[in-house]
Amino acid sequence: MRYYTDEHEWIDVEGDIATVGITEYAQGQLGDIVFVELPEVGALIEQGKDAAVVESVKAASDVYAPITGEITEVNPALEEDPALVNTSPEDGGWFFKMTIADEGELDGLMDEDGYKAFVEGL
Amino acid sequence: MRTLCAKAPKEQPPRKLSGHRTARLRDTLESVPDSSGATEGEASRRVGGCAEALRSPDRGGSDEAVPRALPDCRILPGIFRVTDHDSEDHLEDIPLDALPLDAWHRARGARMVPFAGYEMPIQYEGIVAEHNWTRESAGLFDVSHMGQLLLSGPDLDAAVEAVLPIDLSTLKLGQQRYSLLLDEEGGVLDDLMVSRWPDALYLVVNGATKWDDMGTLREALPDDITLNYLDDRALLALQGPKAADALARHATGEYPLSALTFMKFGRFQLAGHDVTIARAGYTGEDGFEISLPADAAAEIADLLCAEPEVKPIGLGARDSLRLEAGLPLYGHDMSPETSPIEAGLIFGINKRRRTEGGFPGADRIIREIAEGTARKWVGLTIDGRLPAREGAEVFAGAAHVGIVTSGGFSPTLGAPIAMAYVAAEHAAIGTALEVEVRGKRLAAAVSPTPFVPHRYYRGS
Repeated sequence: MRYYTDEHEWIDVEGDIATVGITEYAQGQLGDIVFVELPEVGALIEQGKDAAVVESVKAASDVYAPITGEITEVNPALEEDPALVNTSPEDGGWFFKMTIADEGELDGLMDEDGYKAFVEGL
Repeated sequence: MRTLCAKAPKEQPPRKLSGHRTARLRDTLESVPDSSGATEGEASRRVGGCAEALRSPDRGGSDEAVPRALPDCRILPGIFRVTDHDSEDHLEDIPLDALPLDAWHRARGARMVPFAGYEMPIQYEGIVAEHNWTRESAGLFDVSHMGQLLLSGPDLDAAVEAVLPIDLSTLKLGQQRYSLLLDEEGGVLDDLMVSRWPDALYLVVNGATKWDDMGTLREALPDDITLNYLDDRALLALQGPKAADALARHATGEYPLSALTFMKFGRFQLAGHDVTIARAGYTGEDGFEISLPADAAAEIADLLCAEPEVKPIGLGARDSLRLEAGLPLYGHDMSPETSPIEAGLIFGINKRRRTEGGFPGADRIIREIAEGTARKWVGLTIDGRLPAREGAEVFAGAAHVGIVTSGGFSPTLGAPIAMAYVAAEHAAIGTALEVEVRGKRLAAAVSPTPFVPHRYYRGS
């Protein structure tokens, strides 16, 4: 099941692990991404707190944890090739994986149709 | 064209804005970009000043003269709200003007952002693609937000030399020169281009500062000097190694376009319209700045973009191109808090004036030329891929020695580059320093500038 936030992140839930990245819309708006600063594996991150920073040519933008949990893995490919976020934002350009401390937090997020409508309204 | 007939109120110089560390992703997507956006706050001040001027004409000249002097503020008094100018959060409050090519940009898919009081194109297909296209071919930039001014009147040269540190005795007809508008303390109010026209001097000033500049000039110049604001003119820059080929197919005049070398200008015709073309720009490449009638801007932009070498380029690439070229951006790399000597802009103080003085701030400038400055504006190359942006602190070991004023990722070099003020003892080329970004120290080295060599056309 894939969820979306109004901060333009996506969360893919498989079992008790969530994979997090930014959306196609977000990468298109940010433009050419030159660096992604990822969290440390093992870090405990609260929903809404800093989790990553994405640097495009024009600006640095914070990416927030969409839910509370512990970082279990970060995408090693982004260090060598941060432009993966541009070319494959919702697949190969994922940012990190995390545990799901409170499944209830997922209820506050949008599904694909909800996010699509949200973006169209911007 | 509008004539500023009397003394318009003088504004306080713009303040440097405190930079945000990062933006929330949502905010970045829905508002102005960090790297090109910081002058907006200054624009808001300027607009506020205009509104204030209309309410309080006694600050400046006669009741009648002020609205004539600052006519574009006419819609503002009822709309403008007082903002906290140290915050960038109030930008939506500013009513934005449309430039002559507004619809033209939108029709080409430009993403428009507020800049210098206007809606302007930040990018079309993407900053890196546009940047590289300009370095390899030719890019068309709409810079119509900049202020085009014409000064004329008796004893013009002497009057202007009392305001600018320029030597007009060596500025011949058809020549253009970089100059600086300084305050009484030698701080930089703006940087500008001055060209000698027949019986007049033509100035191009920054968009975000143009209203203040007009106020400053009007106040400083004698009443019998006429200051015309050419707001019926648009300004297009065509930049890149193939710019001359593309433009030469259309420019006609008394002499061929190839007669223009770097920092020369002349009168030409494009598509039947009278234009002036200067061989200059802000990318480090060969290129041209074309002043043309605003109502012909779309036709001429279409004409140039129909050439296979030419694509429209947004403000985002304009910023990364000028950074690679080591060219300063007003409001970021210089401000009233910086002197042109520490900014390395001594070439903006012409030789005769360095000894004679007689311009605002001359005492400080002459002293700094003799004694040096405590800090210098230098280029930095940064290890890794993480860009250090405006506001990042510079260290030598534990010692804080400077601050980044412009920084970003260089598409040409594939690496982060920055410009920074650092203490003079750490300013030598090759000095190892560190830049702090989000608590991390990045290894950096003082680098020669430009980062990417200039390719100006100085004659065959």
